[in-house]
Parts: sequence; structure tokens; C-alpha cells
Amino acid sequence: MMQTTSTPSAPARTAARIADRAAATAEAPTRAGRRFRLPRPSGWSFIRVATVLVYVFMFAPIAVVVLLSFNSSRFGTFPLEGFSFRWFQALWANDAIVNAFQTSLVLGTLTAIISTAIGIAASLAMVRYDFPGKGLINTLLITPILVPEVVLGVALLLFLRWLSIPKSFALLLMGHVLITLPFVVLVVQARLTGIKPVYEEAARSLGANAWETFFRVTLPLLMPAVFAGMLFAFTISFDDVTATLFWKSGGTETVPTQIFAMLRNSISPEINALGTVMIVLTVSLPLIAGFLARRFAKGGRG
Amino acid sequence: MTDIAVRLTDVEKHYGSFQAVTDMTLDIPEGSFVTLLGPSGCGKTTTLRMIAGLESISAGEIAIKGRRVNEIPIHKRNLGVVFQNYALFPHMTVADNVAFGLKYRKVGKADAREKVRRALQIVRLPHLEDRMPSQLSGGQQQRIALARAIVVEPDVLLLDEPLSALDANLREEMRLELKRIQRELGIATVFVTHDQGEALAMSDKVVVMSNGRMEQVGTPEDVYNRPASHFVADFLGNSNFLAGRVETVEQGLVTVVLTQGDLRLTIASGGRFKPGELVQVVVRAERISLGREPEPLAGPLNTVPGVITTVDYQGLNARYFVEAGGHRLQVINPIDRNPFRDGDRVMLHLRAEDAVILDETGRVHH
Repeated sequence: MMQTTSTPSAPARTAARIADRAAATAEAPTRAGRRFRLPRPSGWSFIRVATVLVYVFMFAPIAVVVLLSFNSSRFGTFPLEGFSFRWFQALWANDAIVNAFQTSLVLGTLTAIISTAIGIAASLAMVRYDFPGKGLINTLLITPILVPEVVLGVALLLFLRWLSIPKSFALLLMGHVLITLPFVVLVVQARLTGIKPVYEEAARSLGANAWETFFRVTLPLLMPAVFAGMLFAFTISFDDVTATLFWKSGGTETVPTQIFAMLRNSISPEINALGTVMIVLTVSLPLIAGFLARRFAKGGRG
Repeated sequence: MTDIAVRLTDVEKHYGSFQAVTDMTLDIPEGSFVTLLGPSGCGKTTTLRMIAGLESISAGEIAIKGRRVNEIPIHKRNLGVVFQNYALFPHMTVADNVAFGLKYRKVGKADAREKVRRALQIVRLPHLEDRMPSQLSGGQQQRIALARAIVVEPDVLLLDEPLSALDANLREEMRLELKRIQRELGIATVFVTHDQGEALAMSDKVVVMSNGRMEQVGTPEDVYNRPASHFVADFLGNSNFLAGRVETVEQGLVTVVLTQGDLRLTIASGGRFKPGELVQVVVRAERISLGREPEPLAGPLNTVPGVITTVDYQGLNARYFVEAGGHRLQVINPIDRNPFRDGDRVMLHLRAEDAVILDETGRVHH
């Protein structure tokens, strides 16, 4: 009788599944930890060793980079000589790197904002309204994830050449929005599907027009997904190399392309320091955001 | 004209070729409590949503306080809606939830606070202003949703199965509360439910719906005692349907010979029936009274001997199945000190004015 409730779309379901899997892996160590105490050593000890090895394999290179970034030696390799911040200072003094950092920050932030704004609008259309060609458009929105980035990079480049538009920061930004949009759409759609239209109907019935309803009801309920989407967009933009190499104009360097350029000459210890900074940024940012989100949620209740 | 809060004129709703609501013509008087009653899929919720502006109207006209609202969007209709699952905004406190609608009605801050306080008093939850909806019980959420709807002094209050999410005891209590609040405010109310108990207990007027059509409109007493169709008689309460043929019609008394068995019933009816016409006699289970011997009652009376085959004790009442004249009749009677048991021989009494005759198509004759 009522046709307003729409079933979750395929991409939204995919996103939900990805989230589920992430939650499962996050839980896995504690669950495994409890089972270690069971008196059945043979099978479990093998799994324990395998687990440790996988973690070592995953994190050892990162640990090495972080470790070496504090090494006072003139070469960015072992053996360690002494503890020092000199490479971080060198980093700070290196104009090219500082510039690249600025570019990356501005690019990432703008990408996150634009991508999320478009993503929210697109998700609202997909989840709340019915229109012809909806399924097709939804699939098209997600395809940039599936198309290899090299292809995407070359394609946009050729397209711009054909239109004889010179490369610029704005075009790079456009490209980054293109590659981050699917992630935002997936996250926001998944959340929006979970917000029942009845909240919006209630707001409308009380006198709020469509805009007021969006800003006072839909958006606040959507905020966790908006946060997550922005973070996704920022981090993806922040460490994208492939497509950026195709799209950036001559003088512009982002942090990853700068590292790439530096590696062509020699492995400077500055790169280790830069790597450490990037790790701290991309790991701590989501953690801080998560913490803030939790604080807000609690503050709202108090 | 002004004492009609909502007027529906030939309202229809179709989704493609599916006819969800057909030919709704209905007046909801100012201050009255009108219930749309029917099984799921009968069009009652669609009708409510059309009044609310949550569904477009395919044909016909809806007017609220004399103003045609077909093209007026929901937020300009000045309504109060309570949804099935309350739909309290989970990110706002109770006070903010209740104050939500006041923001769009140019009410000053101090004034708004006062109105919220008063609304919470009306629903008898004055101390919960700072709580979040997630901290409230179902019944409390229900009351807050009601406070949020009435605080804006709407022209009409629309209730979409607001009691169905509550458990049985609470539902009974909220039924009385809802009715009390509605009376106190004197606000025209449209209530949608599939629960006949709620409909009969609360309404001034009941609209029984089936397949997108109005089957009958009347007071609770009307629709219960004088069902206008087979559907209404079947949907409300427990009825016996007896097929037969009219034998004689005299001074408002119709004698019907039942097709099955050898029973002849005399029923009072205002309908214009002709001898020989095929009809259906509808007898409410509680209108038949059981006795141990023929007892003299005032007025024309049908008395038939029978045997009790099944007894279903329900506390205050018992439901009996009685074999009589080749029929298996359902009878609901109060349990007295000496209840009937399986196999008891009894006399069934039915007063002529306690049954309804429907024509062959299951409708009343006029």
C-alpha cells in the first residue's frame, strides 16, 4: 500500500557487507585470544604462529620506516646509529616537500568536502526517490571503483586533451572527486537506507519544508556516514599516486608524487620521516574523528 | 460548512492500475473522533496519508476547514500526525521534539517553552523534558509523539495505528488516554486501526473499509448492531450467517425459511423484500440467548430447541456452539451460576429486532 520505503540498493548492500566484514576482523583477535586458553594446543598453536607471521609481514615494513626515520645516520638504511629528529627538521626545511604537503592537504580537504556534498545529494536521490534509469545511474556512480585507475587516469587525460583544456589544479581536484565519490556514495547510501522516511514525514507534517527537514532531521541523523565519507575521501585523495601522476600539471606535486620523484634520485632518510608523518596523519585522523564522534554522541545524551 | 473539519469528496487513489481507494466521500465534523477501520490493504492508511499530504490524490477533493488542500504540500496543511512507531527524532531531547513544529509557527521562545510545558502536562509526562527518546519506554514515546502533534494546535489530528506497537495492557490504558486528550482539546481526529475493539471504544463515527471502499459509516452502535453488509457483519464481532428465502412480509416483519434444515425465522426489517427473494439472515452470537425452557419475552420471538456441542469458557462470557434445526450456531452468553455443558438440551431465543436481513449480494435493502 505504501510505496515510499525503498529496498536497499545493491551498492548500499555491498557497503553494509564491507562494514560487517570490517567489524568481524576487528573482533577476530579478541575472540582468538579467548580461545588460546583452551587446552587444545596442536591446531591452535599453528594458527597462532600463522597469525603472528601475517601480522609481522603486514606491519614490519611500516615499523622499519618509522624506526629508520628517527635514525641519525646519513643513509636511510640499517644499522641504526642514534636517535634523532634531524630528518624531520630537514623535512620542514625542504620547500618542495612543504609545498607538496600544502597541496595535498588543500586537495584532500576540498575533495572531501565536494565529494561528500555530491555524494549526499546523489544518495538522497537514489534512496528516497524513484526515477527512470535509477539502477543504471547508481551502477555508473560506483564504476570508478571497478575501473583500473591507470585506465581512468589515461581516459580523463585524453578527454581533456581532446577538449584542449590545459591541466590545472581544478582539474586534478575534479579527478580526485571522481575517484572518491563512489566510496562516499556507498557509505552514505548504506546509512540513509537505515534512516526510516517516517522521520522526514514527521518533520514535514510539523511544518518543516524540504530544506528545513533535510538540515534539521536527515543530515543530523546522517552525520556518522558524512564523517566517514569525508575521511574516506580525504585519505584516498591524500595517498593517491597513479591517477594523480596523469592529472597533475607541471609544477604541482602532492606528497605521494613528491616521494615518487625523490625516490628516482636516491633513498633519502627524509623519505622515511615523510612516511612516518603520513602514517601518523592517516591513522590518527580517523581515530580522532571516531573519538570525537563518540564524545558528541555522549554529550548529546547528557 | 465551518463545522466540518475535513471533507472528502469522491476521493480516489490508484497506483498504476491498482485501485487503492475508490469513491471516498466523508465528512469529519469539528471535534469528532472518526475511525477508519478495516483489514490491512483496505485503503485506510492510504486515505489517512492523502489527508496528511503524504500521498497525492488521484481524483476527487479533500478540504480541511473548507480549504481545498489537494495541491497544498504537507507542511502547509497545519496537521498533527502520530505515526505507528512514533517517529520521535532520535537526536533531539523530548523538549526539542515537542517544540519542533512551533519553530515554523512564529512562536516566541518563552511562549514556546510554555506551550511545550503545557503539552507535556496534557500527556501527563511533565518531568521528561531533557531525556532522549531512546531513554523512554514505548508508552512514554507514544505520549511524547502525541504532545508533539497537539502542541501546534493543528486543524486535525491524524493517528496512524498509534497503539499497535504497544503491549496489551498499555494499549488499553493509552486508549482511554487518547480519548480523554481528544475530548479535552476538542480536536477533530482521524484514527486508523485494524482493531475493532479500539474502533468501537473510541469513536464517534466508524468508517468500515474493505478493498478501498467504504462499506459502512455510522456510530459504533450502528455498525455493530446494524451491519450494512456481509463484510461488516463478518469483520466486526461474531456473526451467524443463515441463507434463506423470504416467505411472507407483513408490517415490517419478514418471515424467512432457511435453505438448510427446517427453520423458519421472523425478523423485523425496514427493507422492501418480496416473497420468494433469496436473502441472508445475520445473527450476532451474543443476540441469541440460551435458556433451559421456553421463556416468554416481549415482542415477536423465535424459539428453537438445540443441543450444545462445544463450550469455550472466556471468563465473563462463554462461547457455545449449538446444533439447532440443522445449523451449527455460534452463541455468546454471560456465564451464570449454572453454566451449560456439552450435550445439554437448550432453547435458543432470538428477538425479531435482533437480527439483520441482507439481500442476495450481502447488502441491506433500503
